Amino acid sequence: MILSVSDTAIEVRGLRKSYGDFEAVRGIDFEVRRGEVFGLLGPNGAGKTTTVEILEGYRARSAGDVSVLGFDPGQRPREFRARVGIVLQSTGIYRHIRVREALSHFGSMYPHPRDVDEVIALTGLAGKEDAMARTLSGGQRRRLDLALALVGDPELVFLDEPTTGFDPAARRTAWDTIRSLRDLGKTVLLTTHYLDEAQAIADRVAIIQDGRIAIEGAPGDLGSNAGAPRYRVVYRNGTGRDVEQETDDPTTLLHELTGAALARGERLEGLTVTRPTLEDVYLELTAERER
Amino acid sequence: MTDVAALAWRQYRLERRLFWRNPSAAFFNFLLPLLFLAFFGAAFHSDHKELRIIVPGIAAMSVMSTTFTALAYNMTFLREQGVLKRIRGTPMPAISYLLGVAGNAVTNTALQITIITVAGRIFFHTGWPREWAELVVFVILGVVCFASLGVAFSHVIPNFDSAPAYVNAVFFPVVAISGVFFDTAHSPGFMKGIAQALPLYHLISGLSAAMVKGTSLSANATALGVIAAWAFLGIGFAVRGFSWDQRRA
Repeated sequence: MILSVSDTAIEVRGLRKSYGDFEAVRGIDFEVRRGEVFGLLGPNGAGKTTTVEILEGYRARSAGDVSVLGFDPGQRPREFRARVGIVLQSTGIYRHIRVREALSHFGSMYPHPRDVDEVIALTGLAGKEDAMARTLSGGQRRRLDLALALVGDPELVFLDEPTTGFDPAARRTAWDTIRSLRDLGKTVLLTTHYLDEAQAIADRVAIIQDGRIAIEGAPGDLGSNAGAPRYRVVYRNGTGRDVEQETDDPTTLLHELTGAALARGERLEGLTVTRPTLEDVYLELTAERER
Repeated sequence: MTDVAALAWRQYRLERRLFWRNPSAAFFNFLLPLLFLAFFGAAFHSDHKELRIIVPGIAAMSVMSTTFTALAYNMTFLREQGVLKRIRGTPMPAISYLLGVAGNAVTNTALQITIITVAGRIFFHTGWPREWAELVVFVILGVVCFASLGVAFSHVIPNFDSAPAYVNAVFFPVVAISGVFFDTAHSPGFMKGIAQALPLYHLISGLSAAMVKGTSLSANATALGVIAAWAFLGIGFAVRGFSWDQRRA
């Protein structure tokens, strides 16, 4: 209960988890502040889901200290479960339950549930209230998963790959929903394969690799931390070939490029200046490991 | 505590609605014992002695199929689908959930026993049960025993695809050996020995005493004791081994 009024929602220190001889999580430290969207990224088998399932209370840890909303999730007290909402990577629902019925049933398990119609509207399930779960499409079922996680009005929401299988429009809608959770002051711990997703909605991210955190920070700041150049300049030269240059100082580079082009009477077709995306950082990190 | 009971009641009501929403499953659930009753009733309709064995035998088999078989299937299915894991992540107490699920199975048992008793009375003139209180005691104890054994057995079943094989491998031999369709007085000694170690044989004796023979509860203390012992084992294994999550293959 020590941390219940602090501004830390999740605190993880020296977390380890072994399955037999295999150590899936090898000493992880991170903090998630209240009210932020924190993204956990990493390749398959890096230890993301193991870490999240320890924080949700589904798995016992092998070593380390974990505090979630001031509780030890390993004890999974009822009050803890009442204050978190969980979207697992794959969870089912009764085949013959209706959407509204499922939400009101699961809502009744919580002390202060949200209004069912509000949750239906928030998750884009309007018009599907009376549909049986088994008739929903993959994307709709995923939205029902999210709705079921939100119906108890949790302070902290765990989202394990929440938009897998969504079309681009549905993903944008889901992102808006997640942003609206932050606006309500909720804390969100998100795992995702989609780097653009983390870049779009996470306040801070951590990249997990081989059971350790490789890098942590705000998505926009990670470029410099990783040692990657901060800007990338791309243009087409006189022979029609695309040229890519990276620099810490785009002003000077652009001045030189445009000056030279003007002197030659050329145009720099297709000129773009971009900052490295999370994807660049991610690929660079994973490539380093493989070398 | 009121909260635990209220949530169990809600879960029970949900389970009932979901049961009837799968009409074909519901239909066969009730049709199977009636089919057996009709089949054997037609075969033995002139032989009142045989009918007196068949009716309590089918009643006992119904207790086993509505609890042991149904729960072993359902728990395996819900575990594999991730429904149990989802429920595990909510603040609903495990006991509320299990009570709701067990209540659903008990309701099906009660409905089947009623159907069998009424059908036996109307079509085969087997008469109303002789000892109502004894009938209730044996049905309740039988339900507790086979329901917990069903949940315990679901831990052994690795996945839903193999559930029919696992369940049938237990259900049919036990039904065959325990004298659902014949009087075990005629079966060989070793078979009788095995049957007497199992709960179904004793449930049949108990139901037979209550429905047909009219012998008192105290005369069937051994049967009660054996069923209670299996119930004790079943509850122990059901609770200890309960797994909310599909094991990693």
